[in-house]
Amino acid sequence: MNAPDKILTTLANPPLQKAVYAATGRLMDHRRAVVTPEVLPDFQELRTAANAIKRHTLENLDYYLEQLETNVTRRGGTVVWCKDGAEVADFLTRLAKGKNARLVVKSKSMTTEEIDLNDKLEEAGIETVETDLGEFIIQLMRQKPYHIVAPALHLTRYEVADVFTQRLGVERETVIEKQTMIARRVLREKFLAADIGISGANFLVADSGAVVLCTNEGNARLTTTAPRIHVAVAGIEKLVPRAADLAVFLKLLGRSATGQPLTVYTSFLSGPRRESEIDGPQEFYLVLLDKGRTQVLANPEKRQTLFCIRCGACLNHCPVYRKIGGHNYPWVYSGPVGAVISPLYQGMMHDPWLPFASSLCGACGEVCPVKIELPKLLLEHRDEIVRTKAAQGQGRLEKLGFRLWAWLMRHPKLYELAGTAGSVIASGDSGWMTRLPGPMNIGPGKAWTSQRDMPALAPRSFRQLWRERRSRS
Amino acid sequence: MVKRVTLFVTCLVDQLFPKIGLGMADVLEDLGYELDFPEAQTCCGQPAFNSGHWDEARQVARYFLDVFRDCECVVCPSGSCAAMVTHHFEELFAGDPGRLAEVRALKPRVWEFSQFLLDVAGVEDVGARLDRVVTFHDSCHGLRELRIKEGPRRLLAKVRGLELREMDIPEECCGFGGTFSVKFPEVSGGMARTKIDSILRTGAGTVVGLDSSCLLQIEGALRRAGSQVRAMHLAEVLASR
Repeated sequence: MNAPDKILTTLANPPLQKAVYAATGRLMDHRRAVVTPEVLPDFQELRTAANAIKRHTLENLDYYLEQLETNVTRRGGTVVWCKDGAEVADFLTRLAKGKNARLVVKSKSMTTEEIDLNDKLEEAGIETVETDLGEFIIQLMRQKPYHIVAPALHLTRYEVADVFTQRLGVERETVIEKQTMIARRVLREKFLAADIGISGANFLVADSGAVVLCTNEGNARLTTTAPRIHVAVAGIEKLVPRAADLAVFLKLLGRSATGQPLTVYTSFLSGPRRESEIDGPQEFYLVLLDKGRTQVLANPEKRQTLFCIRCGACLNHCPVYRKIGGHNYPWVYSGPVGAVISPLYQGMMHDPWLPFASSLCGACGEVCPVKIELPKLLLEHRDEIVRTKAAQGQGRLEKLGFRLWAWLMRHPKLYELAGTAGSVIASGDSGWMTRLPGPMNIGPGKAWTSQRDMPALAPRSFRQLWRERRSRS
Repeated sequence: MVKRVTLFVTCLVDQLFPKIGLGMADVLEDLGYELDFPEAQTCCGQPAFNSGHWDEARQVARYFLDVFRDCECVVCPSGSCAAMVTHHFEELFAGDPGRLAEVRALKPRVWEFSQFLLDVAGVEDVGARLDRVVTFHDSCHGLRELRIKEGPRRLLAKVRGLELREMDIPEECCGFGGTFSVKFPEVSGGMARTKIDSILRTGAGTVVGLDSSCLLQIEGALRRAGSQVRAMHLAEVLASR
């Protein structure tokens, strides 16, 4: 099982707990305000439509991918198919070397985080600078994103002040607006000097070959237009068939992520600069990444995980994420969606504790804008992990416990006897105990009482009281 | 018209909080229902299902079906256990057409207690009196699987002497989560403390809920924190005179 011990460190850090709870709480409030029936009467219909569009697209992905490639090519771009992160890094390294490029600017992209692209480019001697403010900060701190949408959600302005002073050599500045101006000053020079801009893609539109970017800081516009080469890196699941489908997804994405009716910038990029145009890159490449996605696609039960539009709503609404934060998950994707997809890409037994780290409250499934059945998928993962463990001879004690339990539950007389025996052994004043008596204070009982008091078994069970009640009447 | 109600009290109520079951029985008998308690009943199987032990969950669920299959109407003082039968038995028996048919036939006859009162019995005022300030915890499976939100509040509004003060986070999970509570005790405990902070901010002396599982987590955390605030099941509230 073995969840990382650093979960306990996170829990024992009150300022961090407060920062994460407050930031996610604000995102929840903002979302709620823009999806209420008064403001968006067709919100539930939009979710259903988004789910149906994604389902249709993925069930016909081969067709739409070819259509996308045709349209990107027709507009002067080049589609590059990559089966894993190494192929993406190889392509970009060769491209950079061939074009004599030394500086890459990037706008926010979880897909490139997924393949550790920055590290790979830096290893190849290519300076790579994140230009989203949150990504810029965590890159300076050499951290991974804490949150799909808000990578520096866990940091306070004082911590940002510290890292700016240390890494940028500026005077300590704790006013957020002024910190933003510092980042802007540093980044403007990078934008102007960069040879290649790398972006992700929120959506890829098959019928027009467009890359759609939804951002709030304007950095993606500079990333994709100032350097002479633009490379968009996207998973193959980012497709929608038609531009018209964006009417559904753009309404859902900003609202679910940050509570914005639309993100500040919504950019539709299709191909390099054409003759009559005054800006835009000279060359455009669309890198389409598989990295396990086709395997997930082939599994009809798990296919719906590819519907995810990376809004982060399930993280914000997850009481477990809000306690353990974004750095205790094994992969770059955290929260409920991370707990569901990480095992599909890294192997079910890579972190067998992960799908169990949920109270199954269902808040994630309720807010998911594309209606991924996250709680159901967590339960299915649990079943698969338990079966795999049994086959490998692991987790025998727990299995034995549940076998005994299941047997007892089918023998009501013995179940009753066990309850009576238990109520004699484990009774407490006022019916509650702070710990189990003596040698019984082990295992689950001990874990329970480490946090809260435990009710004693009732001296007489309901069935016994019921019998008395019936014999009286 | 339903005349005969079969009680499924749940294993937790049977073994830990029998008063909840008796309260539910009192309310239903007052409404004129003939009650039946099959003594063969034990558990719905959810502890094993949520822990990934689906074979064992299936054994217990099959047993549950054998006990309750022919009942006219089953009422249960738990949103979570009711949802297990009405929402998750189908997942468990997806590969077993015979049992699946049994589940689908039984499903419309299984009710969580507050839903039964409002949707089947058609009552809001059961004649209860309780002079207390209370707050109400929305338990997750009742709220998100059975869509129970306003119902219990309507029932509480008719209780004489009772004042309901809403929490700022009534819908946030208490952190119980079955075996999650002992597999990740610190996370679960942290969630419980967040919840009880919200309960304490209301100034209410009692927190009311629909699920004894949430209530044991919440009251356990309240007691550990040294608070005098206590948990009470809706059935106990409605049985108060």
